[in-house]
Amino acid sequence: MALKEKYDVVVIGSGPGGLAAAVSAKEGGAEDVLVIERDLEPGGILLQCIHNGFGVEIFKKDLPGPGYAQHFINQAQALGVEFLLDTMVLDLTPQRRIFAARRGSLHDLQARAVVLAMGCRERTRAQVRLPGFRPAGVYTAGTAQRWVNVEGYMPGKNFVILGSGDIGMIMARRLTLEGAHVERVLEIMPFLTGLTRNYVQCLLDYDIPLQLSHTVNRILGHQRVEAIESVRVDERWNPISGSEEIIPCDTLLLSVGLIPENELSRKAGVRLDPVTSGPVVDDSFETNVPGIFAAGNVVHVYDLVDWVTEAGFAAGKSAAHFAITERQKETRHIPLKSGSNIRYVVPHELDKERLATGEIRLQMRVREPVEAPVWVEVRSGDHLVTRSAEPYVRPGEMVTLVLPSHCYPEVAKAQVLTVAIAPRRS
Amino acid sequence: MPEEFDLVIIGGGVVGCMVARFLSRYQLHVLLIEKEADVGMGASSANSAIVHAGYDPVPGTLKAKMNLLGNAMWDTLAGELNFPFERRGDYVVAIGPEELPALEDLLEQGRQNGVPGMHWISGEEMIHREASINPQVSGALWAPTGGLCDPFAVTVAAAENAIQNGVTILLNTAFEDFIFERKRIIGVKTNRGEYRCRWVVNAAGLYADQVMHQAGIRPEFSITPRRGEYCVLDRAEITINNVLFPVPSAAGKGILVTATLHGNTIVGPNANPVSDRTDSATTHSGIDEIIEGAHKLVPSLNMRHIIASFAGLRATGNAPCEAPGIDYCQDFILEIPTAVQGLVNLGGIESPGLTSAPAIAQHVIDLLCDAGEKLVEKRTWQPIRPPRPRFRSLPNEERARLIATDPRYGRIICRCELVTEGEIIAEVHAPLPAHTYDAIKRRTWLGTGRCLGAFDTPRVVEILSHELGIPPELVTKKGSGSEFLVRPTKQVQE
Amino acid sequence: MTETSKIICITCPKGCTLEVTHEGTTVLKVLKGCKRGQEYAKRELVDPRRMVASTVRIRGGTHPLLPVYTAAPFPKPLIQALMRTLRQVEIQAPVAMGDVVLPNALGSGVDILASRDITASHEI
Repeated sequence: MALKEKYDVVVIGSGPGGLAAAVSAKEGGAEDVLVIERDLEPGGILLQCIHNGFGVEIFKKDLPGPGYAQHFINQAQALGVEFLLDTMVLDLTPQRRIFAARRGSLHDLQARAVVLAMGCRERTRAQVRLPGFRPAGVYTAGTAQRWVNVEGYMPGKNFVILGSGDIGMIMARRLTLEGAHVERVLEIMPFLTGLTRNYVQCLLDYDIPLQLSHTVNRILGHQRVEAIESVRVDERWNPISGSEEIIPCDTLLLSVGLIPENELSRKAGVRLDPVTSGPVVDDSFETNVPGIFAAGNVVHVYDLVDWVTEAGFAAGKSAAHFAITERQKETRHIPLKSGSNIRYVVPHELDKERLATGEIRLQMRVREPVEAPVWVEVRSGDHLVTRSAEPYVRPGEMVTLVLPSHCYPEVAKAQVLTVAIAPRRS
Repeated sequence: MPEEFDLVIIGGGVVGCMVARFLSRYQLHVLLIEKEADVGMGASSANSAIVHAGYDPVPGTLKAKMNLLGNAMWDTLAGELNFPFERRGDYVVAIGPEELPALEDLLEQGRQNGVPGMHWISGEEMIHREASINPQVSGALWAPTGGLCDPFAVTVAAAENAIQNGVTILLNTAFEDFIFERKRIIGVKTNRGEYRCRWVVNAAGLYADQVMHQAGIRPEFSITPRRGEYCVLDRAEITINNVLFPVPSAAGKGILVTATLHGNTIVGPNANPVSDRTDSATTHSGIDEIIEGAHKLVPSLNMRHIIASFAGLRATGNAPCEAPGIDYCQDFILEIPTAVQGLVNLGGIESPGLTSAPAIAQHVIDLLCDAGEKLVEKRTWQPIRPPRPRFRSLPNEERARLIATDPRYGRIICRCELVTEGEIIAEVHAPLPAHTYDAIKRRTWLGTGRCLGAFDTPRVVEILSHELGIPPELVTKKGSGSEFLVRPTKQVQE
Repeated sequence: MTETSKIICITCPKGCTLEVTHEGTTVLKVLKGCKRGQEYAKRELVDPRRMVASTVRIRGGTHPLLPVYTAAPFPKPLIQALMRTLRQVEIQAPVAMGDVVLPNALGSGVDILASRDITASHEI
């Protein structure tokens, strides 16, 4: 696939946020939209969320994750959105230059506007202070979900799940349906942290016990998990001595929270909110860096994908608007080049539109003196736009030339203007 | 595979591998046996990565001697073996005026040990060099010859260079017993067969005492495993530029705060004896202890920024220092005992073991020569171990060139540490092949970043499955018994 | 015998706890629920159903598994049997979102549909 050097809008990530942004950017008038996705195909996290519950608000339909994604993928493709798959963005500068790598190639491209839609990563064992051994069999719920649903492998037989968030509960059901045994779900809070409906259809339906105010004290097993030691906690999360229980299992699944994926945001100089750990954004989803927008879980963790899509739509629209303005500025701005016997001319570039409502004064110096009448000429290619007569020119005396407003129609068509000294015969 | 060697080394930690590397220079058939699935899986990859200046060991001990000799060898070694090493220097920091006399003692001890370039700096100067140091710093000792390395990279580089030069390394091969002919050792029994040899080098780390006892020597020598726990702090949140020690106590060097070549900051270790030689688990109380200790040096460290924790077991011995008049009973054992023939005995190698490793290896050569062994150099000895490219450290033009040589260097597998498929595959097929997830992790730093492997693990399993030609269910984290997956989703035993 | 049970409604994310007064499986009154909640309560006592999502093996596609889902809520007592049946299913790529993978599963009247497109893989 031949990549352009410059795109109106580049979206990083093709989950629900990115797909919606790409669609609305195209619909919002962006000429070219590129989505860069690190996985082999678009869809983001939705590809592994095979359960229903997506689209209830937006479509009034109860779709599985991949189906919800498919809708937007089809829409994006129909609109001519380009996809660069199996590609990792390595760097994003505040000037919206993007470096990305994929098998066989390194890409360096420029975006007029960027939408950050990288989603979240999962909180790890280290971040919830889970000491013990470091055997195989300790996985985040999302990693397990990818294995079970996409790659086609079960990561264990007997599970304990830490965290009663939706991902943990949904995996409890999923694993049970695929023939594994989920021994316990532990939740450190004194309340359920996911949706109550998931408690019913994932835990109650399958007789999986949930223990609130409990956590994992340590992990046992050298090569592979052999058991976890659970413990009850008080309202300050301190373990209550004497309440320890050894629960034999071969896998511990961690569903202990999501954190926005902010490596690239940092590189681009985007300011992060320490509370959400995601970018600070205004109501058009623009970050503090002009032209860099952010939408979806990368900003903060949503509970319904429908609202991620909404945010993506808004960010994409804003990004398209920004890109269009940039494009206009680029076409409106043309450079002024120094031609024959001109050492320099200031300004270096001018905004064509400004000529429509008023003159623009050019100031320049010549390289060599000419003690004879000359023309100071402004040309667009060979075409003469305007000129003024000077009796002589000397490097020590600055020359001024006024570009009058009535030149606007010709300047409007120009790509470059050149200023030069030409001989004048009286 | 021959079953007769000149020399068998028991143990593939940094000491065993370094001995193998130094011996590989000579016309000897050398075998190194290691019971785990990879080299360096014990203390060699669970330490503070510091190459010590040498003011800490008691003067006159083997620890002091080997520390100083070893420290001086690192620049040359790093250049030959191509592993990350920086002589950044280190600081012992006194908090409050009452700690200053201890610094004086340490300075004097360092002089006795022959540590070059040490001097005292003021509290103000220390704050200037490390902005977040405890403002109550009263002064510090600056030792410019201290260094930082990647200790596992050292171990594997030494092992690979040894293999390059003809040494055989067998992993998953556990020493079981000696084969004796009267008082002479003529071979070893392992779980994979018997190997004949003229010499055995005991570099068995935590189990060096058991090996000695099986040889019938030093019945009074015993190793007490002392666990050291560490926490790793996110480099995006915390910047520490230096290696910072507290003033030492009777328990040891204390809980330090140190930069690493990786970019993250490490705090630790504590030192708690454990009864089980396999108990390298981290603990709640241990982590609390480390955090409290670290705050003494850098009060602003925020423990919310911990991204990983690990622990290693020190092989603390009880051997008295053999030099007369030195009152110290945890010294190295580096000897060729007289009670049996054919044994080079190394024991009690804890800190400064990493720093000392090259000196210990050279010492083994000297011991063998003194014992009458004729060591003839190989004319084809190649001291240089060629480095392998690391995508993350290369500028973009070189990255592009690397990708042009092999397209798989463009596919990023570990996002946090920018490790590519090409690098992973290169390690699978390296002279000392990496066949497990942890082996790849130790070599490439994959999976050590913020996401702790959540993104890369399924991809690495797929790559290993493909490269090793095994089904994904057989790919392990660290050897047999640590498989990631149990079965395909759709296959259930009904 | 009239009794009152509390059941949690799963129709929408709110998860309201309904107070259901019933005689055996005949619902007499439902408190604390909206219209959909009333429907749910009645159904749940007599013929509990759930949306089920799973995967089936797929040959010749870009993936080894195709995610599938029930076109409508599926009888709860038959779910384990459904899972066993799905394990036996293997279909051929390509497949389009919404394609019927297993019609009228276990005689329930509910079709099992493909959740997404999977194209044929061009690798041998």
